[in-house]
Amino acid sequence: MSSVIDEVPRPSQKSGFGFFESSTTRSLIGGLSVAAAWLVVAALTAFWPDKPESDWTYTGSFAIACAVLAVALALAAFAGVRFGAFQRLQRLSPWLFALALFFAAWEAVTAKLGLLPLPFFPPPQAIVEVVIDDWGRLAEGIFASARLLATGYFLGAAVGFVTGVAIGWSRLAGYWIHPVLRFIGPLPATAWLPLAFFVFPSSFSASIFLIALATGFPVTVLTWSGVACVKSAYYDIARTLGATQRFLVLKVAIPAAMPHVFVGLFMGLGNSFAVLVVAEMLGVKAGLGWYLQWAQGWAAYANMYAALLLMAFLCSGLITLLFRLRDRLLSWQKGLVRW
Amino acid sequence: MVAAIASDHAVRGSTLTLREVSHSFDLEGQPLPVLDRISLQVGRGEFVALLGPSGCGKSTLLRLVAGLDTPTAGSLLAEGREIEAPDPSRVVVFQDPTLYPWRTVRSNVALGLEARGLLRTHGGRIEDALRLVGLTGFANAYPHQLSGGMAQRAALARALVNDPKLLILDEPLGQLDSLTRIAMQAELVSLWQRSRFTALLVTHDVEEALLLAGRVIVLSDRPARIKAEVVNSQPYPRHRGDPHFVELRREVFEQLGLDEAW
Repeated sequence: MSSVIDEVPRPSQKSGFGFFESSTTRSLIGGLSVAAAWLVVAALTAFWPDKPESDWTYTGSFAIACAVLAVALALAAFAGVRFGAFQRLQRLSPWLFALALFFAAWEAVTAKLGLLPLPFFPPPQAIVEVVIDDWGRLAEGIFASARLLATGYFLGAAVGFVTGVAIGWSRLAGYWIHPVLRFIGPLPATAWLPLAFFVFPSSFSASIFLIALATGFPVTVLTWSGVACVKSAYYDIARTLGATQRFLVLKVAIPAAMPHVFVGLFMGLGNSFAVLVVAEMLGVKAGLGWYLQWAQGWAAYANMYAALLLMAFLCSGLITLLFRLRDRLLSWQKGLVRW
Repeated sequence: MVAAIASDHAVRGSTLTLREVSHSFDLEGQPLPVLDRISLQVGRGEFVALLGPSGCGKSTLLRLVAGLDTPTAGSLLAEGREIEAPDPSRVVVFQDPTLYPWRTVRSNVALGLEARGLLRTHGGRIEDALRLVGLTGFANAYPHQLSGGMAQRAALARALVNDPKLLILDEPLGQLDSLTRIAMQAELVSLWQRSRFTALLVTHDVEEALLLAGRVIVLSDRPARIKAEVVNSQPYPRHRGDPHFVELRREVFEQLGLDEAW
């Protein structure tokens, strides 16, 4: 809802400068200055000579990429004024400007001035180099991580959900499962790592177990509390209308508990990322976590940064996906937090 | 066929018998009596109001009639059979509409049919019930988009769609503003006249009880006992200013021990 309010056009402020009076002129200037900033990054990279004795292969390519981005932003700025397109881009322009400043500073203190020690702090073109030259291994890493994460997460979420409903609904299930959950649940899943790696036949299956465990605990607890919090009046209504036990569970308890379940799924997803990376670093010989460890072993810090960046995109993307799903399923709720 | 429908119409309401019903809650090991030997006979298609001060145990009595709780002593019979569990022939409209927030109005109204697996055969009743309470245009709205009066009407439609033999009304208009309330009282009477179910209304509003019911049962403070019974045989619609109505109202206030304050 908040975004709707944000997009309500505000009355433009009267300013003394006639030139700045129309908001279209102002947004054009804003867009062009962002483009100019990226052009500066390109020029700085291309024409300021690197520090002697350094050989960065992709300096030119990085400069060209920045210049292309600058041209694209300039075109978008004109298109925005002319056709009212790219409204989202306008909101992003302060961020794009700040990013340009960041890249310029990064380029300057690494490749150009050499103020930061190598190999720990490579320039941006070194990361471009990794992405271009080593994309095969990175893609393999993404695929391996995604496969492991998806299997473990869905398994853990499913088991956690069913367990949570069982504890919330059945006194008997609560009696037997609750103490186990209280005792074992708070233990970080990573503490099981040494045990899991020799009990399970492969490090892959061991990691699935650990990720499922890390996901399952918050999902169980939150589902359980969601089911336990359902207003008894909801059950009374359904009972007087002739509902069976099955109906009460499937059509009353579970839908009413869904907001809680999504909090659990969100917390579980965060936990699963942590366990995924640790498991890949310590046992599984594939995935982005393994790549990170491997790159560090070879002092290939540019590769490490590239893997970190990809990992950030992956995790943030998955959280966004989960929130989108929640917004769709729980559109009946008022006042949802927007991610 | 026509005769069958007509006679079916006439006997739609169920009878209700309460025999020496007592109930008490367990409050930290101490029994807290709320109902004290209540005996009551409600005829087919009758509209009876239970009137009493707040917290006297009226709502407890309704829960017993609905079959949501079982009494500590005594017995309740609907159509001559013991009430042991909730049954869709006895539907409750609670003080709070308690619509399911994750369902649209239509799907809330469909609840009873869905629970009994009658959605396919009797689905047409949903639109009828929505029309009856004037919510056709809001069928696809979610409860948080409704006003208090609309939500309560949706709750009424959710009850009526099951074609109840006994409609149990637990202060269903208690949370509405006075204007909506007056309009809804008239709607309730016309619904009852058309559908001919037996109605049991709990209220603490003397006027409401006398406007709607043919018989007003006055209950005492907790533990509730039956103090008096006031019969109002005036035809509908009834008017608050009518001299006989005013006389009945005075009589009821007297029974409640409030004749001087009022």
